[in-house]
Amino acid sequence: MRRGNRSTVLGGTIFAVIVAIGLLAPLLATSDPAQIDPTVRNKRPGAERTVRGDDGRARAFRFWMGTDTLGRDVYSRVVYGARVSLVVGVTVAVVSAVAGLVIGLLAGYLRWLDGLVMRVMDGLMAIPSILLAIGLVSLSRAGLRSVILAIVIPEVPRVVRLVRSLVLSLREEPYVEAAVALGARTPALLVRHVLPNTLAPLVVQATFVCASAILLEAILSFLGVGIPPETPTWGNIMAEGRALFRVFPHNILFPGIFLASTVLAVNMLGDGLRDMLDPRIRKRI
Amino acid sequence: MLPYVGRRLIATIPVMAVVAIVVFMLLRLTTGDPAAIIAGDNATSQDVAAIRERLGLDRPLVEQFVIWLGRLLRGDFGESFFFKKQVSELILERVEPTLALATCTIVLTVALAIPLGILAAWRRGTWLDRIVMGFSVLGFSVPVFVIGYLLIYLFAIELAWLPVQGYQRLRDGLGGFVERLILPSVTLAVVFVALIARITRASVLEVLNADYVRTARAKGLSELPVMVRHVLRNAAVPIVTVIGVGIAVLIGGVVVTESVYSIPGLGRLTVDAVLARDYPTVQAVILVFSVVYVLINLLVDLSYTFLDPRIRY
Repeated sequence: MRRGNRSTVLGGTIFAVIVAIGLLAPLLATSDPAQIDPTVRNKRPGAERTVRGDDGRARAFRFWMGTDTLGRDVYSRVVYGARVSLVVGVTVAVVSAVAGLVIGLLAGYLRWLDGLVMRVMDGLMAIPSILLAIGLVSLSRAGLRSVILAIVIPEVPRVVRLVRSLVLSLREEPYVEAAVALGARTPALLVRHVLPNTLAPLVVQATFVCASAILLEAILSFLGVGIPPETPTWGNIMAEGRALFRVFPHNILFPGIFLASTVLAVNMLGDGLRDMLDPRIRKRI
Repeated sequence: MLPYVGRRLIATIPVMAVVAIVVFMLLRLTTGDPAAIIAGDNATSQDVAAIRERLGLDRPLVEQFVIWLGRLLRGDFGESFFFKKQVSELILERVEPTLALATCTIVLTVALAIPLGILAAWRRGTWLDRIVMGFSVLGFSVPVFVIGYLLIYLFAIELAWLPVQGYQRLRDGLGGFVERLILPSVTLAVVFVALIARITRASVLEVLNADYVRTARAKGLSELPVMVRHVLRNAAVPIVTVIGVGIAVLIGGVVVTESVYSIPGLGRLTVDAVLARDYPTVQAVILVFSVVYVLINLLVDLSYTFLDPRIRY
């Protein structure tokens, strides 16, 4: 197998497993991820307790990844946390790619717009993305939507830059010139001749955006400025585990492993796709 | 050279202007009255009125921006209602830990990443290359705080070689200062090493097939001088560029690392200020970090002429 293929298959497989975990979370979880139970606070991974079922019979219940300081089952929270990470990652990737594509196409093709748009993008890129995201989430009440928006804004300029540079080189291609000579109007030209050729690099870039969005969301939650703490997200579980980390490292360890594997899988997918789709763009990213 | 420096300086003005506008708008975009937000929860209506007066909130937006910018240029970032201090003072107090952490990280990164990248390129396709590149992808993917806690667990708790958290100022003793800086710097360096090693490998690979490298080898030069004098010198421009761009990653990492290790620096200040909704401080910190980032990249641009005499302006 070629290098690109191997990386895509491995990354894709891990990613598919995480997606499956997210989709099947209600089936996989052993208890309600939000359920607080003071009697089982800070249990170590593998700890057991007996619960009496409705029929009165005792049943062993195992906390696979232990419990947190409020007695919530970490395993169930980690399983549900996959949902938030995936929703954020995929949404940010799609929204940034579409917004970046539209802005990039226009900036690359309409010369009068280019200067203005690129100055704004340069300015946005001059603010380190974590800081911009932190500043933006602080504006409104924290929630899924505001977190997504706060991550999209720093990511868009990177996509715009890529698309614009592609358009600038594509517009010199003979087939674009031919279309112009045949009288194609600008919108048709952009959609039919320029757009299709930007898609492969765009998909690759969107994959990397997805990875960095998942990471950013976890960082925001971890710092306590992201999604509200009662929502099970990997970042929130880790934030919760900070105080008692010395004694109970599992609260950080397990979500950390899931988070790292997901980001790793998406990055590998991106690397593989890049090598497969277009070897020429290797250097550009 | 000098006209070039002037031109590059002028080129940063629009970038800075956009940064200033974004940061300015940050407070204006909040839902609610900015004056009430700045005054905080315990403010009286007189306080709010005084702040509104001072910021000129009743005037047109453009005028407000000019007033704000004028104060900024005189070093007046306003007052932090949460820390009850001038923001400029607050920032000056917090600079040392961040500067120490960042410097340490950059030194560590360059010392590790460039040799690793060269090795990987030199032994391309071998297990050595694969290990370095594998580490590089991994370094990108494992979040800074997970690395931080893993290192704390291993070296501070299990092995008890280093202190768990905290910071000691340089004037209170070099030993404690260095001791408390090791783990945070290593934590922060991981992602940076991944980035730089990768680009070093790529740009070295590109140069490795050049005619002058073959010539250098043909005249009997051993591998080390070939690598350092001929290959690295010609591969330097992209490496330095990525180090410059990577400063953004570093700044983001500083925010997280300082939180993990309880280091009272600018990154920690950012998070504390956001949690307290202390907007003047949030604005100031974002501005300071962005200006530093832009200036470093300006220096990187200017360094090209020294690194590669073929580049003339």
